Amino acid sequence: MSKKMHATPMLDQLESGPWPSFITGIKRLAKDNDMAVDLLGQLEHSYETRKGYWKGGTASVIGYGGGVIPRFSEVAEKFPESKEFHTIRIMPAPAMHYDTATLRKFCDIWEKFGSGLIALHGQTGDVMLQGCTTENIQPAFDEFNKLGFDMGGAGPSVRTGMSCVGHARCEHSCYDEGRAHREVLNSFIDDIHRPALPYKFKFKFSGCGNDCMNSVQRSDMAVIGTWRDDIQVDQAEVKNFVKAKGREYVIDNVTTRCPTQCLKLKADDTLEIDNRNCVRCMHCINVMTKALSPGKDRGVTILAGGKRTLKIGDLLGTMIVPFMKLETDEDFGKLVALSRNLMEFWVENGLEHERCGEMIERIGLNNLIEGLGMEVDPNMVRHPRTNPYVRLDGWDDEIERLKQVKAG
Amino acid sequence: MSAQPRMPTESGTPDHFQYMHPTLRRNYGQWSWHERPRPGVLHHVSRTGDQVWTVRAGTQRQMDVHTIRKLCDIADKYADGYVRFTIRSNIEFMVADEKKVKPLIEALTKEGFPIGGTGNSVSMISHTQGWLHCDIPGTDASGVVKSLMDELHQEFINEDMPNRVKITTSCCQINCGGQGDIAINVQHTKPPRINHDLVANLCERPSVVARCPVAAIRPAMVNGRPSLEVDERKCICCGACYPPCPPMQINDPEHSKIAIWVGGKNSNARSKPSLHKLVAAGIPNNPPRWPEAAAVVKKILAVYKQDAHAWERMGEWVERIGWPRFFELTGLPFTKFHVDNWRGARASLNTSAHVRF
Repeated sequence: MSKKMHATPMLDQLESGPWPSFITGIKRLAKDNDMAVDLLGQLEHSYETRKGYWKGGTASVIGYGGGVIPRFSEVAEKFPESKEFHTIRIMPAPAMHYDTATLRKFCDIWEKFGSGLIALHGQTGDVMLQGCTTENIQPAFDEFNKLGFDMGGAGPSVRTGMSCVGHARCEHSCYDEGRAHREVLNSFIDDIHRPALPYKFKFKFSGCGNDCMNSVQRSDMAVIGTWRDDIQVDQAEVKNFVKAKGREYVIDNVTTRCPTQCLKLKADDTLEIDNRNCVRCMHCINVMTKALSPGKDRGVTILAGGKRTLKIGDLLGTMIVPFMKLETDEDFGKLVALSRNLMEFWVENGLEHERCGEMIERIGLNNLIEGLGMEVDPNMVRHPRTNPYVRLDGWDDEIERLKQVKAG
Repeated sequence: MSAQPRMPTESGTPDHFQYMHPTLRRNYGQWSWHERPRPGVLHHVSRTGDQVWTVRAGTQRQMDVHTIRKLCDIADKYADGYVRFTIRSNIEFMVADEKKVKPLIEALTKEGFPIGGTGNSVSMISHTQGWLHCDIPGTDASGVVKSLMDELHQEFINEDMPNRVKITTSCCQINCGGQGDIAINVQHTKPPRINHDLVANLCERPSVVARCPVAAIRPAMVNGRPSLEVDERKCICCGACYPPCPPMQINDPEHSKIAIWVGGKNSNARSKPSLHKLVAAGIPNNPPRWPEAAAVVKKILAVYKQDAHAWERMGEWVERIGWPRFFELTGLPFTKFHVDNWRGARASLNTSAHVRF
């Protein structure tokens, strides 16, 4: 291991400055890893020519159809040691907790079989073990697998899930995100490892409306914590907060910032909340962490169809379940069943390479809700339709049906 | 006779309790409130009376094993041997004793890991793979982010923005970086250049045709071989055809530019989640330091910092002051390209007599 370093005048410029440098890190690897030497060479070549030089291909492990991102160099004659530079995706634990013993084992395995470069974490939420020859994929994966880690999704499959720190270290957490994450994802193991869906399908779990996992736009099914009853108010702590910050601060930064104007600072420095009009946005609770907390009757709101740009433009998820409890084993069973129903409806009705949100755009929300065996709810829309282009000859029958449903 | 291959253990997402700091494990679901004693430090208090201090530090995301081991050494010596990562690749060390905070911060700072990214700071940029690993990138990711975070270092280690700022980058129009208060994304400006000799062998032509958002791709015979052609008047240069058909090269050293978008928000706090909007384009893709893109980002941040009210995210600030004022304050030109003409565009037009002077 002593391949001569390529000249990298452009990359060298990324070694200065106060932020940690990935170039310095790769150079350190290059001292005893020739793959890293040629990786730097190819990257410099990209910087010089302003073009990328990796192409996809096929690489996998026994028993799985996905989870490896194959990369073959198009300039391998110049940089032969990194001609194969595959990534292995590994699913971390919910909220990305690690003990150092585990991380050190990761490093040892990857130093032995790969380039020594690990991204913590990729945008989907995987541990990205970057830089592996075709030959070494299997032995490297075997080692991670023996440690209790499994491969994440890639291609048209269920992808690795993500959940916020939630219950482990956040007072805003409205449900057990880690449990929901594991129960849902681990019910789809076959769909994670053997890509056979129209396209990718992502689940993300945020414990409250702050949506730290960005689930509303980054997942096909977003599970966001909420509550049904009143915000818990500790009026003594409200008074302490007002005393510390002043009435003006509280009015400017708490009460007038409420999107539905449901907060009022009373003359005696207590807070009055019109809970019927609270939309669970989290703002006041974010500001007054000691005085205010989510209510006690907690559960989740579920949105479907968030995605990134291609093909039809970025989409935010849309509400399909305004509220469901998520506490008992039965509740979690219902969540898993719902996720299964949503995905199966999309598998049945989605076009090739069409995300769930694009399908909803194409067929309309009504068809999805009907397909899921659910009823529409005014919480699913910002406002009713603004155009008369709809057949209403079923109106009376529908009113009658709804009456029957209501009557049970 | 070779040995039987090892079949995978399909264990899925592992149990998180085994990797969790004991104080977090003990108080799972029991947390009561939190405060931020200083930028980069969180202090959480449990209903059981337990407390935990979290120190957050920035990393380069693409980490070599030596850096990870260094972080492990720090965690072992100063933070009970446990860490966790945020989705923006910040690392968090938890300690149950306040006295451990200062030496932990000193150790991280000494090794070059900036402490911050909490509260009203500019956190680490969530980013993609770029030239380091992606098969379709128009630019690099890690390098852009390193350059920008060097420039925004003070904004990471301090909490003096009106509200939190989440920046994202994406090296093609797929937008893997996602929505951000500021998004820095590649924007191609020329249609793909097609190598007709390779299309028939490499591309599943019907699915490439189906990928095009504007139906600009048609099957065609070129030089006596089956290929694809692009109606360049229709083409919006999104690059959707390039991943399934590499001979339709969309990346161009000159014409793949950078565009900047503002006002993306995933949180529900105050206003509903929102998508980012185009504010600047035509910015050169200029490695290794991308100074032109950095200048625009810094200008936007400076104006936001000065003009926004406390707790206003960038998009909320612009909604309050109006887009004309945003363009005026930032000095960015408003052009015909800013006026949406994609499906649903009508919803973005001003259907009122509201105007500010």
